[in-house]
Amino acid sequence: MTTTTELVAYEEALATYDPVMGLEVHVELGTRTKMFCGCSTELGAEPNSQTCPTCLGLPGALPVVNEIGIESAIKIGLALNCEIAEWCRFARKNYFYPDMPKNFQTSQYDEPIAFNGYLDVQLEDGEIFRVQIERAHMEEDTGKSLHVGGATGRIHGASHSLLDYNRAGIPLIEIVTKPIEGAGERAPEVAKAYVAELRELIKALDVSEARMDKGQMRCDVNLSLRPYGREMFGTRSETKNVNSLRSVERAARFEIQRHAAVLNSGGTILQETRHFHEEDGSTTSGRIKDNAEDYRYFPEPDLVPVAPARAWVEELRGGLPELPRLRRNRLREDWGVTEDVMQTILNAGAVDPIVATIAEGADAASARKWWMGELARNANETGRALDELPVTPAQVARIAALVAAGDLNDKLAKQVIEGVLAGEGTPDEIVEKRGLKVVSDDGALGAAVDEAIAGNAAIADKIRGGKVAAVGALVGAVMKTTRGQADAARVKELILERLGVEG
Amino acid sequence: MTDHISIIKLTAAEIASKIASGELTAVEVTEAHLARIDAIDEKVHAFLHVDREGALAQARAVDAKKANGEKLGPLAGVPLALKDIFTTKGIPTTVGSKILEGWIPPYDATVTKRLKAADVVILGKTNMDEFAMGSSTENSAYGPTGNPWDLTKIPGGSGGGSSAALASYEAPLAIGTDTGGSIRQPAAVTGTVGVKPTYGGVSRYGMVAFSSSLDQGGPCARTVLDAALLHEVIAGHDPLDSTSIDAPVPPVVEAARNGSVEGMRVGVVKQFRGEGYQAGVLQRFDESVELLKELGATIVELDCPSFDLGLSAYYLIAPSECSSNLARFDAMRYGLRVGDDGTKSAEDVTALTREAGFGDEVKRRIILGTYALSSGYYDAYYGSAQKVRTLITQDFEKAFEQVDVIVSPTTPTTAFPIGERADDPMAMYLADLCTIPTNLAGNSAMSLPCGLAPEDGMPVGLQIIAPAMKDDRLYKVGAAVEAAYNARWGHPLLEEAPSL
Amino acid sequence: MPGITREEVAHLARLARLELKAEELDHFAGQLDDILGAVARVSEVADQDVPPTSHPLPLTNVMRKDEVRPSLTPEQALSGAPAQEQQRFKVPQILGED
Ligand SMILES: [Mg+2]
Ligand SMILES: [Zn+2]
Repeated sequence: MTTTTELVAYEEALATYDPVMGLEVHVELGTRTKMFCGCSTELGAEPNSQTCPTCLGLPGALPVVNEIGIESAIKIGLALNCEIAEWCRFARKNYFYPDMPKNFQTSQYDEPIAFNGYLDVQLEDGEIFRVQIERAHMEEDTGKSLHVGGATGRIHGASHSLLDYNRAGIPLIEIVTKPIEGAGERAPEVAKAYVAELRELIKALDVSEARMDKGQMRCDVNLSLRPYGREMFGTRSETKNVNSLRSVERAARFEIQRHAAVLNSGGTILQETRHFHEEDGSTTSGRIKDNAEDYRYFPEPDLVPVAPARAWVEELRGGLPELPRLRRNRLREDWGVTEDVMQTILNAGAVDPIVATIAEGADAASARKWWMGELARNANETGRALDELPVTPAQVARIAALVAAGDLNDKLAKQVIEGVLAGEGTPDEIVEKRGLKVVSDDGALGAAVDEAIAGNAAIADKIRGGKVAAVGALVGAVMKTTRGQADAARVKELILERLGVEG
Repeated sequence: MTDHISIIKLTAAEIASKIASGELTAVEVTEAHLARIDAIDEKVHAFLHVDREGALAQARAVDAKKANGEKLGPLAGVPLALKDIFTTKGIPTTVGSKILEGWIPPYDATVTKRLKAADVVILGKTNMDEFAMGSSTENSAYGPTGNPWDLTKIPGGSGGGSSAALASYEAPLAIGTDTGGSIRQPAAVTGTVGVKPTYGGVSRYGMVAFSSSLDQGGPCARTVLDAALLHEVIAGHDPLDSTSIDAPVPPVVEAARNGSVEGMRVGVVKQFRGEGYQAGVLQRFDESVELLKELGATIVELDCPSFDLGLSAYYLIAPSECSSNLARFDAMRYGLRVGDDGTKSAEDVTALTREAGFGDEVKRRIILGTYALSSGYYDAYYGSAQKVRTLITQDFEKAFEQVDVIVSPTTPTTAFPIGERADDPMAMYLADLCTIPTNLAGNSAMSLPCGLAPEDGMPVGLQIIAPAMKDDRLYKVGAAVEAAYNARWGHPLLEEAPSL
Repeated sequence: MPGITREEVAHLARLARLELKAEELDHFAGQLDDILGAVARVSEVADQDVPPTSHPLPLTNVMRKDEVRPSLTPEQALSGAPAQEQQRFKVPQILGED
């Protein structure tokens, strides 16, 4: 999609206008079943194979709330420092859309389960920015439509659509910030950091995998500009369903530049939804939000109120994991790495694998080395996340242990990893099968050493003459003949011994 | 072998005991009722769908169980007419609407399941006002039902098919649903018995929703005991309905077998009489109050001022909820689809289908409800109506501190002629004046015959109202009144109906 | 309380996805105005300090375990579909958002 939107340079926009943002994040919970029925939420099933009278909205069917849905909402609320409602209800949000089977969304309206919280996020320079949370509420997802007959599956120009309701009714938690003010030029960075922190938090709570690329977490970026010093907010645009951290930042940045252009030319911002385009980072106009839009919310009569017992809430509070930001800082100190390195580890999704590998007995440096080195490279090449690789932290720890014991060197260890990833077995099995053990036995090495000395007489003489540094060339020759399996340190010792030189 | 006519005149309790004793087979009983339907339903039009094969198969299964010496349930082999608002797997369910014409649900309502599990024989699905909106069954998209007492008059509504099936001996048992009186009012105007159980007493799962916070399924029969036996089969906790009460079913059958009002305090509410009440209805009601006194009850006068707002609150709450409940009928997943010529959008097809598929009363209520819920009017209309609901509940609570049950006429008038109120919604709405407060508060009530109005010879219903989860009191009082009247008349009231 | 106009009925019908005919609009507008006139009495209690009742029973916290129950088969799910294709519900072109 090409866009012809005029933009104002970012710095110029910020010189005149103060951006105000609102972020709405939808998280699909990782429950086994849907929010209001017992249908499976497993991804990848055949179309319409995970539907029942309730999630298809058949006449007569009724909803029953999933208790893990409620529990997850409370956990998220607590982790976001929210108050948890003593009593709240579901409401019906009424509007017609073919992907919504009942033509109302069962959601929460003026009585969210969690409200008035905050999340502290750390910006790249280490500064902490507090994002105020308005509410976190429970709702349900819609079905999926496939548009047929138009170009590239888009809705425009399609002759008809095909609906699959497997996703209809999957629990969603919608987390809404209060207006984020005072971020200034860092607004896009704050948006990204907030969504990143929220994602880590959701994962730490183990309530969702929060994979943005799989649509398990989606962000709407609301943005408006106002002249500095003015209290009233400008008209906002809502950029819907932004699906990666980078896109969140880009969408905010683009909208700041676009709004500034419109305002500078004396135009008015339309209150509308906008679509974000990954290809060029632009947004385009969606639906105008006219004031006639009236969702006619009312309390859902088919569900009874939710009144979480305080004891339950406190029990859940007691079970909350360490906040990701604090945990990250702790780990950074434990591992003795810089902020930058930590950020790289985080971006690679390596924090949890490294922690798990250390828990399996590896030291921090080697755990980090393997996950951020060989394994990260493989994940990158094969388009997988680290935790999707067919290797366990225990296996990585075993490899590290073999290296530490001198049974493997780095080169051999890489081959073992390759074997594990290829499904050849456990590290020990691969060492055995591929015969990869380091050879440090003097008898076995002696012949190779003698051969190297004989074949490189000139170098041997230099060493005898005191140029000990030249020993590397002989060691290299031994490694070559032993196909890398020799214990390099022992080889060096043996060469010097034979040449009668002190190491 | 007993002849058809003597079989169809039996009560459900009698049929069950004759099947259990081997005096009758379930197949004989079912065939007798199917023959009755064949003979007269063209005139009455109680049924929208007769499931001959399914009914006979179920009857044969009962006979086989009996032959195998298996224990039979208390209603095994007894035929029943099911209101077409309950889903029935493999059997059409239309809710009296064109928009669901031909729809065959892939699942059974909980009530349907429980009936099947109790070996009750489901004869078919009965006519009703479209989506249960109405008090005359004239709003059915499939034509009206006649009142067996006078086929030119309405059988009540929305469950007129069920009440007419009972009164014409097409079935000894029926199921209805009561949102504002749709079980009790039809019972009253056809001289039969109908009970609206406590809200949450009978599962709503698979009962097509009209107004979720008011709808309640319940038993319809010709005798108080039969209603109790059916009540026990369909009631009880259902995990598929979040509003279902998780407590034991009140002992309704035991109460029906031990009718008595001796020592009971019976309330008469001031607000349940006055303008709009037919003289003959009030006359029969007053006699019933006298009868209760004779039977040993103490009568207490009650003032429930908020009841006067009941009708208004009802006609805001029910349309509001229905405007949302009926949004799912959009031509996308099931039911009617109109105007899909390849050029129109889904949005247009939905609007054209709803226009063609819904009748006037349904459209009126959807628009009214859409209005009452819209943001500018919510507080004045929907919000206030919900407050009225609280006040009515409080009036009931105060009343039940003084009395064990309340009695009233079930309806202000007897059955009116078909067509008389068809285009006068407000006049039609008045039919539910006495029944609505109970739906708003969620407690239980029964209607049973208390005689014929002198001016038109049509049946009059006595309403008994009990607190929530005290449904057994309805049966205790109802059984006593029924026995006393039958003794006075020398026969059940229905015997006086002209034969069809 | 203001009455309901023909224009309002038209707007409500659009919200409720009812393609009302012109004569229906006239007819309903009159009737709805009468009904609203009658039921508007409830606003007498608008100022009263009583809690609204949304559910007739004082039940709370009805929940189910997060356990998978059998779904319908796709065939059953699609059995009532006015049209289907590729095991999905086939519907006319959808206007509005992507
Ligand atoms: Mg939402
Ligand atoms: Zn489902």
